[in-house]
Amino acid sequence: MADDAATAIDTRAIEAFLYREAELLDAWRLDDWLELFLPDATYEVPATDAPDGRPGIDLFIIADDMQVLRGRVTRLNSVHAYAESPHSRTRHFVSNVQAAAGEDGLIAVKANFLITRIRKGETDTFIGRYDHTLKPDGQTFRYHRRRAILDHDALRPHGRVTIIL
Amino acid sequence: MEAASVAPASGALLIDDPDRGVFRVHRSAMTSAAIFEQEQRRIFDRVWIYLGHESEVPAAGDFRTRTMAGRPLILCRGADDEIRVFINSCPHRGAELCREIAGNKKSFQCLYHAWTFSNTGKLLGVPGEDAFGAAFRREDFNLALVPRMTNYRGFVFICFDPHAVDLEAYLGDARAYLDYVADQCEDGMEVVRGTQLYSARANWKLLVENTIDFYHTVPLHKTYFKYLEDMGADISGGVDGRGYDLGGGHAVVEFEAGWGRPVARWEPKWGEAERIRLAALRDRQVARLGADRAHKVCDVDRNLMLFPNLLINDIMAVVIRQVNPIAPDYMEITQWALAPVGEPDLARARRLESFHSFLGPGGFATPDDIEAFEGCQRGFNAFREIAWSDYSRGYDGEVGRPEAEMQSSFEPQIRAFYRRWAGLMGIAAERHG
Repeated sequence: MADDAATAIDTRAIEAFLYREAELLDAWRLDDWLELFLPDATYEVPATDAPDGRPGIDLFIIADDMQVLRGRVTRLNSVHAYAESPHSRTRHFVSNVQAAAGEDGLIAVKANFLITRIRKGETDTFIGRYDHTLKPDGQTFRYHRRRAILDHDALRPHGRVTIIL
Repeated sequence: MEAASVAPASGALLIDDPDRGVFRVHRSAMTSAAIFEQEQRRIFDRVWIYLGHESEVPAAGDFRTRTMAGRPLILCRGADDEIRVFINSCPHRGAELCREIAGNKKSFQCLYHAWTFSNTGKLLGVPGEDAFGAAFRREDFNLALVPRMTNYRGFVFICFDPHAVDLEAYLGDARAYLDYVADQCEDGMEVVRGTQLYSARANWKLLVENTIDFYHTVPLHKTYFKYLEDMGADISGGVDGRGYDLGGGHAVVEFEAGWGRPVARWEPKWGEAERIRLAALRDRQVARLGADRAHKVCDVDRNLMLFPNLLINDIMAVVIRQVNPIAPDYMEITQWALAPVGEPDLARARRLESFHSFLGPGGFATPDDIEAFEGCQRGFNAFREIAWSDYSRGYDGEVGRPEAEMQSSFEPQIRAFYRRWAGLMGIAAERHG
């Protein structure tokens, strides 16, 4: 039974999903990107000294439910979000994608990320791993939990996470 | 000698003219390597600096390592339950003794020559001790402590000047405001697990002034207030506050904003059950602290600045924010969330949600603050052409002004910081630039 579930997971399709997502993010098509989330999904970036952070219990860098995430996208679409206005140039690199059956029909996805943010002559590089859960949605997938865990000891010299990791 | 050696050609670094109500700081104070070095020696080597909270090392043997004023340190609760702050350097040849960020140890062993120290700082073991000769005494090689350390109601402060006044004398009138924070819970306050460690490419003083600047709040944080409005909050009252110079370089801005306070000002979004819980909590506060004090603790928001580099914002959450100068144009920033011990899960989750969306490097406000003052730092490179930054708001007519006429965008709290800064730096205030 476990094998049946494993063969039903198309890692190539998940990679394609992640690459398409990266393309949306680098193009700052954030309204389209929001469509990739379930109504009760979360977007999490744990604190660098608590990468196993528990939402609602520990302090994070980002711990958005969909209401906050929509607020984040509204803000980033505004010219008054000065930290990202004009938008930084970003490039999301995703690799080492592995997928396995999770609980409740969800798919557990692990991957590595490297994201560059270029702005005002500075290039900041964010490195870490993804720990997502996805739900199949027809031919594609939608996020149940989107979690980006940074390798850095601190956001130094990055200073902020205003791009979507 | 001091003022002349770091001042620009005109000689003035600070304009403080009460007759005209003009207060300005020379922009080279944010770019000069000489001033930066002098700040390290005359300020950070002399004053009380916040290191951490006792709740970060709750059990015997718990430790945290961090760097403060350039020194690598270990904050450790020993087996005797005493909190100590050691220099994180082996007394033998200087190797970094504790190489982990946090943990629990009964003893610290140096990787280099395997000297071992108890978590109370005593030298326990020296391989081949005989070879050091008859004059060798273990007690000469215990871990070095920072010269001064005081745990004030859980807030651990250190000082590198052995002759500095006591912490309570140093805090002066600002101590009362620290007490309002500590008084939020009869069982004490604790630092929430998870630290926001970030930075900004700007001079450290810009973060201090930004945190107590209420002139920028509405224009710069437009998107945050729009978010609050979209969430259904009533922001029509704005953020109306008053800044106070507390003496000693410390200052506070007090206000009463529209958002809820977890201790203990309800907002409708939190629902009826929480309204009842907060009402009971408030009653206990009144019984414990008296009505006036309970009002300060429960109803009043405050941004507290403890000179030189500690900001405690007690608002829709309690944030401890500390800035560490690394270079004239680069600072490291650390933020912790402080919360009542035993806070119910739902209230804790709400508190963190408020914290995350407003404060910190992933929130909707702090990144724009950083964008603003990083832009200032770039602009300061033209200090020979535009020399002065202005902090004059509310200075004209300040003496004897009734409270009702004080506006939140006035800047006595920022002037308090720079006057103390100038005093310690040996910088004279001029009437003109």
